[in-house]
Amino acid sequence: MRVVEVPKSLDYRSVETVYEQIGATGRGPVLFDVRRLQWIDPNGMLLLLAAGKALAGRGTQPRISLPEHPEVLSYMDRMGFFQAAAEVFDVAGRIRRRRRAASDVLLEITSVATNADVHDVVDRVQSRAGAILSRTLRYPVSSVVQFCVVLSEVCQNIIEHADAPGWVAAQAYDWKRRLGRHVAVIAVSDLGRGFRASLQDEHAARFGDRWGDATALEAAFLLGLTRFPDTGRGQGIQQIRKQIGRWNGMLSIRSGTARIADNPDWSSRPPLEEGLTPFPGAQINIVLAERLA
Amino acid sequence: MNARFPHAIRIDVGAILNDTIAAARPDLVTRPTGRAVREAIEVRIAGVGRSPFVSLLDFTGVRILDFSCADEVVAKLLARYIRNDRPRDAFFLFRAVGDAHRHAVEEVLGRHGLAAVCDLGEGYELVGPTSAEERVAWWTLERRKRIDPDDFSREFGERSEPVVRGLAARRLAWCGSGGGASALSALARTSGQRMDREAG
Repeated sequence: MRVVEVPKSLDYRSVETVYEQIGATGRGPVLFDVRRLQWIDPNGMLLLLAAGKALAGRGTQPRISLPEHPEVLSYMDRMGFFQAAAEVFDVAGRIRRRRRAASDVLLEITSVATNADVHDVVDRVQSRAGAILSRTLRYPVSSVVQFCVVLSEVCQNIIEHADAPGWVAAQAYDWKRRLGRHVAVIAVSDLGRGFRASLQDEHAARFGDRWGDATALEAAFLLGLTRFPDTGRGQGIQQIRKQIGRWNGMLSIRSGTARIADNPDWSSRPPLEEGLTPFPGAQINIVLAERLA
Repeated sequence: MNARFPHAIRIDVGAILNDTIAAARPDLVTRPTGRAVREAIEVRIAGVGRSPFVSLLDFTGVRILDFSCADEVVAKLLARYIRNDRPRDAFFLFRAVGDAHRHAVEEVLGRHGLAAVCDLGEGYELVGPTSAEERVAWWTLERRKRIDPDDFSREFGERSEPVVRGLAARRLAWCGSGGGASALSALARTSGQRMDREAG
């Protein structure tokens, strides 16, 4: 059995180590070893699900261990990870679910396959996001509307462009050591056709030899190109970029072998990465940082 | 109001939304939902007996408006009725497009090069790309409510008549056959008593 060693900390900064291991994994049984996991964000959880599903598509259901750290186990359970994982993995071990009162989760891992799912996401988050955005991140009270609009648009990206189901999850954290302030993280992931294939028929010819994953991401991200011909389409990503920029947040999209990003002043990540390990679909990461006084 | 002036109808967008999606929720999100709501609005407009008329699209009952729906329900609707081959002689006002909706509406109008008359909570104003001349003329008309052709020069200046005609062509004001111009908000207010209340 091949083993994918999940790092102790699995968030948007460390996901490539897992992509690389998955890329090197051939056919046959695979174990995702998360026993030593001490920290995971929505990007990490959605990556595990997407990777598991991609490997399951090769013919063998992958196996996943349980984190040994009780707080991590409890947190992943509260985020709905194991419920979603049960449809993808053979989960090695049993989870004792404790009854809990009100959830502290901004948005549990939620499958997005239809427009009704997007309505559910917006409705659920609308009631939870207000306090986190205004008290924790110090955003204006009205920002809950823009936050829901951003969520709606990123979820629609799955339905309209991926032609495949996906997941969305969000949570707020105290990043005192890393950034000295609170953040909210939104992750969206699908195993659809990705940006390159989505734009191929309409736009590949004009880019000639340059056409590839990075060019497709630039076309959608920077130029607002879409496979739909009418004027109003392709606005979703553009508007998300504008809104995240107003909040001085980070937005990145990984698709195929490339990642493109709008980075705020508090991040030193590159705006474009190429030659990454191939992975199907698209993965969107949004990080909103607390406003400084 | 004289019968030769357009009358107004009120369309409750929130009520249409409730009829459109299975679970009654006040969020106007996702493009298919926006498209369905726009089509329902167009059915209402097609059923109006008299023409021309002002359609007052009331977003009071809408909580979240995303860009996809703003594109369908505001921009595409306006774009369809600004064309010469428009199905009905309809003008549009948007009500209760407060801060919660303003951003999405501004963005989609800008993308299409359209402008709209919106009540953003403190009275009607012009939203979307417009020239300085258009804004001055529109505010003048909004303040005066109606201006006769004889008063055009005094109110708008010597070269402003084409600007007023341009506002009418963009469906931001109404110019009658007698040459006078009326603010859409004034037409809606004046015909308020006779407004065809739509149940939703």
